[in-house]
Amino acid sequence: MKMDKKLVIPGDFLSDDVKLADEGTYVEDGKVFSSVFGIVSINKQIRVVPLSGKYIPKRDDIVIGIVTEVSFSNWIVDIRSPYEGLLHISEFPRRIDNADMSKYLKAGDSIMALVSDVDESMKVELTLNDQRLRQIKDGRVIEVTPSKVPRLIGRNGSMIAMLKNETVCNIFIAQNGRVWLTGKDKNIDLAVRTIQKIEKESHISGLTERIVKFLKEEKGIPVKERVKKTAEEKSGGILDELLDK
Amino acid sequence: MVKPEKLIENGIRLDGRKPDELRPIKIKVGVLNRADGSCYFEFGANKVIAAVYGPREVHPRHMQKSTSAVVRYKYNMASFSVEDRKRPGPDRRSIEVSKVSREALEPVIFQEYFPRSAIDIFVEVLQADAGTRTAGINAASLALADAGIPMKSLVSACAVGKVDDTLVLDLNKDEDNYGQADMPIAMTPDGKITLLQMDGHLSSDEFKEGLEMAKKGCLEIAQLQRAALLEKYSSQIVGEVNE
Repeated sequence: MKMDKKLVIPGDFLSDDVKLADEGTYVEDGKVFSSVFGIVSINKQIRVVPLSGKYIPKRDDIVIGIVTEVSFSNWIVDIRSPYEGLLHISEFPRRIDNADMSKYLKAGDSIMALVSDVDESMKVELTLNDQRLRQIKDGRVIEVTPSKVPRLIGRNGSMIAMLKNETVCNIFIAQNGRVWLTGKDKNIDLAVRTIQKIEKESHISGLTERIVKFLKEEKGIPVKERVKKTAEEKSGGILDELLDK
Repeated sequence: MVKPEKLIENGIRLDGRKPDELRPIKIKVGVLNRADGSCYFEFGANKVIAAVYGPREVHPRHMQKSTSAVVRYKYNMASFSVEDRKRPGPDRRSIEVSKVSREALEPVIFQEYFPRSAIDIFVEVLQADAGTRTAGINAASLALADAGIPMKSLVSACAVGKVDDTLVLDLNKDEDNYGQADMPIAMTPDGKITLLQMDGHLSSDEFKEGLEMAKKGCLEIAQLQRAALLEKYSSQIVGEVNE
């Protein structure tokens, strides 16, 4: 299979033009170098999209968070990042009393929230005050590598639109790499498998065609559940291979 | 083992290497699923595994820095990694190795990108045969890249030493035990030195010559490190075609 996307490692030289430097790069002595292990993308600016890494909150991102703690006037929310999110009581769509906070959202509940502000010390403030936002009560939430979210959405949302159509699921992809799926159980299973495939192969070109083909094949197989090896099972395999050489 | 009569005979070392030759290296990136980044590294008979977690929340809280990430490096030798059982747990030596290894990697990590967080590096030595700190640094630098942590470049490390009055690259156990000097060095591919220690005696000319040998060795390792990182993703493609 051909791979026309260029993989670079930290310290690789990218360009002589300092003005082109964007995310995933750094400038030294008037030259641009890659700062992460990832794929180069050039359009106007040079960026390197990392192949892995944690979600770093940005203002105006929509994230899916899980409430971890209810404190005085704040919900503390895990947003799959080194930094926890804070949802203040005033950012809840309705006026509620401090004492009633855990009646509305308790530890373990999932929410779709908007990052309303991030300061220098990485204090992350969330809000639920937006039409698009809500508590997640049904369906399933899965996790993908945050840097692969753009691939999963596709150009102008093409990938996600196709996925929704083909799997008859409602799918929402949050910037922190959590994906919320609702629909029939069987359809969700298919969507989850497809998303895992996209995540695994996002660095190989011709992704969309392969996914279309994959979906057709999957739907052609009647009822019988295809058992996919999980990553967990494979790990033993790699170590075994290493150890007995 | 008793001290051999000669460590170098006709320009060939006990294990059959030339003075400026590295031991065989084997690298595999991404061997641990639970870690954010990981690497298994074989350096001759040394076998080490490195795991990187983070950036993540700092515990205990008082260690956190408000403007940058803290890097924590833990070097540990397994009790079965050497011939006489090593007493498990941290000791003076492993605390020192942890400190210098951390300082060898810190200059390349963009710590200021992640205020109030921690980047944890764990290096476990499964089998030791002189040069574990350099093997650990090599592995850790790859594990960091695998974890997607922004860095200026990779770091490569190897040692030079003196045995039988000859400078040699990458000492093995016997050469380390019975040799006259051992000097581990870590550097970036563009030649910035981030670690330099010396045990034993070298004249200033020998030091300069040794440094050049180590530079060559590190560049060689850097090539292998690059190949190993790229390999992680190309091997996935092969897997897909076979499926």
